[in-house]
Amino acid sequence: MALEKIEQLNDVQIDTLKEIGNIGQGNAASALSSIMGKMIDISVPNVKILDFDKTVKYLGGEEQLVVGILFGITGEINGMLIQVLSETAACGMVNPLMNDNISSLSELNNMNRSCLEEIGNILAGSYINAIASLTGMTIDISVPSLTIDMAGAILSVPAVKFSMIGDKVLLIDDSFIIDNGELKSNIILIPEIESLSVLFSKLGVGN
Amino acid sequence: MGTINVGISDLNIAREPDVLATYALGSCVGICLYDEKIKLAGLAHIMLPWSAEASNTGDNARRFADTGITELISMMCRNGTSVNKLTAKIAGGAQMFKTKSAVFNIGDRNVAAVKKVLSSYKIPIIAEQTGENYGRTVFFYSANGKMEIRAATRPTIIV
Repeated sequence: MALEKIEQLNDVQIDTLKEIGNIGQGNAASALSSIMGKMIDISVPNVKILDFDKTVKYLGGEEQLVVGILFGITGEINGMLIQVLSETAACGMVNPLMNDNISSLSELNNMNRSCLEEIGNILAGSYINAIASLTGMTIDISVPSLTIDMAGAILSVPAVKFSMIGDKVLLIDDSFIIDNGELKSNIILIPEIESLSVLFSKLGVGN
Repeated sequence: MGTINVGISDLNIAREPDVLATYALGSCVGICLYDEKIKLAGLAHIMLPWSAEASNTGDNARRFADTGITELISMMCRNGTSVNKLTAKIAGGAQMFKTKSAVFNIGDRNVAAVKKVLSSYKIPIIAEQTGENYGRTVFFYSANGKMEIRAATRPTIIV
């Protein structure tokens, strides 16, 4: 049976995505750690398949202010990826890098925003690289596009896209722990469904 | 005064003194219809422009501008109004991310579709807060037909 909707993924395929999440998060943590000059702890990433409403709830509710960094994915896999950072995570990552001391998203200046786009680039790139190196596929990601707004409004962008392939989305919780504080970070991956089939067959867990 | 929440790809009606609410419209559009005389309010939260473009047959009709607005109008007509008594206020249709890809520009297409559908029913649009690049939460008061728009980083607007 051909894969038609995200909710049809079997346990082995979900475990495969978790493993990709593991490798990606490991890469992301070491990259972040070296540019920040700080120890970074990671937990085992949590990969969930959630519907739209639950995803919004997971991120703190419809009106929760978050940072969203959008990437288009093209090549042998197509789709989009959104890196979602909580206020604490965004400030906690910007402060050591920019030698700043901000505590709310409204204080972010243009330099801080570019810095966050670059962090998004590193995080998203780590996942995409994990997929590319495991499968030998060529995958490109677009330049980042950042917005700070209500979680529900940010998620309407993938919602439009994933309404065509079902109401479910892949959510990877890849929060980091820096200086004993948890920085809540999530990746929302919306691959085109054909791309997921290609990915799984390359990894030998196709349908 | 009760608040009736309208989710994404959903719709509902309210009578005085109740309030209709829909949260965090991004590229989606909120359509508020009102009959001033009997104080009947309706709100639809649509996500995509045209039902004919849907890939899934049997998809939720409330997801689209054309079928969603049509369903809201018939629900309101069953509750005592007629289409020529309705006025419209619309909000949403933002472009949340700056990119060149057409799929991310769905907000503009949603607003255009909503206007076309409303004009086919000859329902006048008396207030509009659409486009730009920020999310909006909408409250629609059945008592007076006012639409209140709240945003994360901007002042609240009442129209």
